[in-house]
Amino acid sequence: MNKTLSDWKAILIFVGPALLLYTLVLLVPIVWSLGYTLYEGSPITGFEFVGIQNYLRILQDPTFLKALWFGTKFALVVSTGQVILGLLLALLYHFYLKNSSALVRTLIFLPVVLPTVAVAQMFSKMFAIAPQYGLVNSLLHNMGLDGYIQPWLGQADTAFWIIALMEIWKAMGFYAILLYTGLVAIPDETLEAARLDGAKGWTLTRFIVLPLLAPITISSLIFSLNGTLKVFDTIVALTNGGPGTTTTPLTLLMFKTAFTYSEYGYGSTIALGLALQCLVVTLLIVWRNRNGGQ
Amino acid sequence: MKKATLTALSALLLIGMTSTASAQKKTVTFLSGQNEDVGYTRIISDLAKEYQQKTPSVVYEYQNNTTNGTQKLQLLANSGNLPTLYSISEPTLLVQLYNKGEVADLEATFKKLGIYNKLNPVAVNINKKLTDGKLLGLPLELNIEGIWYNKKLFKESGIKEPKTWDEMMSAAEKFKAKGIQPFSASGDQKWPLTRLIGGYAARKYGADVMDRVKAGTLKLTDPGFIEAARVVQDMGKKGYFGQGVNTIDYDTAVDTFLQGKAAMFYMGSWVLRDLNDEKRNKIGAANVGFFNLPNVTGGKGSTSDWSINTGLTVAVNQKQNDAQLGNWLKYVFNSYANKSMADLGMLTGFKVSKMPKNVPTLTSMTQKKLNAAKNGYLWWEGLFSAKATAVSWDNVQPLVTGDLSPEEYMQQLQNALK
Repeated sequence: MNKTLSDWKAILIFVGPALLLYTLVLLVPIVWSLGYTLYEGSPITGFEFVGIQNYLRILQDPTFLKALWFGTKFALVVSTGQVILGLLLALLYHFYLKNSSALVRTLIFLPVVLPTVAVAQMFSKMFAIAPQYGLVNSLLHNMGLDGYIQPWLGQADTAFWIIALMEIWKAMGFYAILLYTGLVAIPDETLEAARLDGAKGWTLTRFIVLPLLAPITISSLIFSLNGTLKVFDTIVALTNGGPGTTTTPLTLLMFKTAFTYSEYGYGSTIALGLALQCLVVTLLIVWRNRNGGQ
Repeated sequence: MKKATLTALSALLLIGMTSTASAQKKTVTFLSGQNEDVGYTRIISDLAKEYQQKTPSVVYEYQNNTTNGTQKLQLLANSGNLPTLYSISEPTLLVQLYNKGEVADLEATFKKLGIYNKLNPVAVNINKKLTDGKLLGLPLELNIEGIWYNKKLFKESGIKEPKTWDEMMSAAEKFKAKGIQPFSASGDQKWPLTRLIGGYAARKYGADVMDRVKAGTLKLTDPGFIEAARVVQDMGKKGYFGQGVNTIDYDTAVDTFLQGKAAMFYMGSWVLRDLNDEKRNKIGAANVGFFNLPNVTGGKGSTSDWSINTGLTVAVNQKQNDAQLGNWLKYVFNSYANKSMADLGMLTGFKVSKMPKNVPTLTSMTQKKLNAAKNGYLWWEGLFSAKATAVSWDNVQPLVTGDLSPEEYMQQLQNALK
């Protein structure tokens, strides 16, 4: 085995084709896209070299900073919600519902397989104010709470929470199943031993279950944060970034900049910003986990 | 060996035949963001199919574009694959393409074909404004914009057609007090709200207001513009647009008016399609009136200036502009105006030579107003870049809810103009 691994020819034959493919379909486009950040223009007018101008612009661009902040806030709220609710659901499946959890699991998992646009359509109808009151506003009306009736998706602050709610509702089933598989993998003997030592309820969860579940929780967090930082379809379908630009994340800003305003160079710079944001968040979690584990 | 030679010969022959056939055959492709069975796409498709029956060598093909139009056109232009006709929503891109020799100068083309006199001069002038003084888009529609109102509701409340902006606002206040929504508007579409800002500015500064902004002699941060933004903001804050205006889509806005739930509705004459539709129009065509945006006290503009446009721009590919296409254009645009009027009651930028007998009353009323229009001005964002247009649209939502001040609205827009 060692002999094969030190044989350059063998390495070339085994790794070469995959590496070539990887370079062609992944590395080249990434580097190409990075190259665009130094240019400005469109395919029609031609590209002009502008040096680091796009980078200087991005640092002073209030729209970019606003989108960056919105994305960060959104990712924090939604990821916390998705992972914590997912964890609670997993614990519920495993410890309380035990074998009868199949139906509940299916129901909670259902939104994961529904197309986002369909879910968004449902949410926008639920929170509608016109032409008819949606579910929420009719309920408020029937309960005599007319003062609370409002255009939920037409105001920046309420729209934020509704988008977050939908994103959590849609994906928590996925994280519940993911964490559930982790729970199932914890050996019964370990739990039994802990119980014999007198651990139960919260103590058992805090000192036995959660530490054993940590690797999968970390993976879930990374999945969730990266997914929510790159949120696009939910927002396009629910508010299209509005009212104004108050619910515009970096993905939507990048899309609009590149494909609506035809500023391809600046669009690429925003894309780079987004990639860096995802990278930083992921590294932070990994680093925190390593330090925590030691 | 003999067999091989024979195969090679017949293959050559086949290639020869197909190439001569393709030289005679021509495909006219129309790429549009609009469905084929409505409005101008329907008229063009019908006429093109007629022509294809008479001249089978010119094949017509319709393509519906459902994706981002600007991006698609850029890709097609870059690979030299632009269709024969295509709708293009961005005048700046159209000029860029013209400068690269991709877009036909329609004034020259139509003059050469001898059909330039078919065009309505008002439509030509307004269209030329968009593209640096050249006629690059077909004026497939001719729209005027103004306020449609519910005559019955006006009569019941004892209100007359307002002559000044203040009168319009006091009418709105009366309707609101009676529990009737004064204006129906789609804030989800955003542009129906910015049109009011633009309209006010045109009354304040005159019909050439946006040309002066483009030339730099007027700044959007000047007091008149801030006043315009404040007026529209007040309308929103006072609830004149109803509840949740920013979530209301176009069709809901139309239906709110057509079901008698709103007294007034700012919209272009393309809405005649819905107003003339008996199934949708619950208030009845006889109860619909139309007036131009009223005067502003001390303003330079007047109600003889109308917001006029020629609909979504459709350009013709210069690279395919040959004799065959010339004949096709001649055939289609000779009958375009008459057919649009007869089939759809649609006003176009082409002259109608034979007025059909059964034109709907509302259509002929609008036509009369259009004929009497002295001055035309473009919509608020007509001369803006794609970026400035987006800033104007996006910011109008927080403006009408009071989350953005009129000063900030105009300041951000002025910054985006650079």
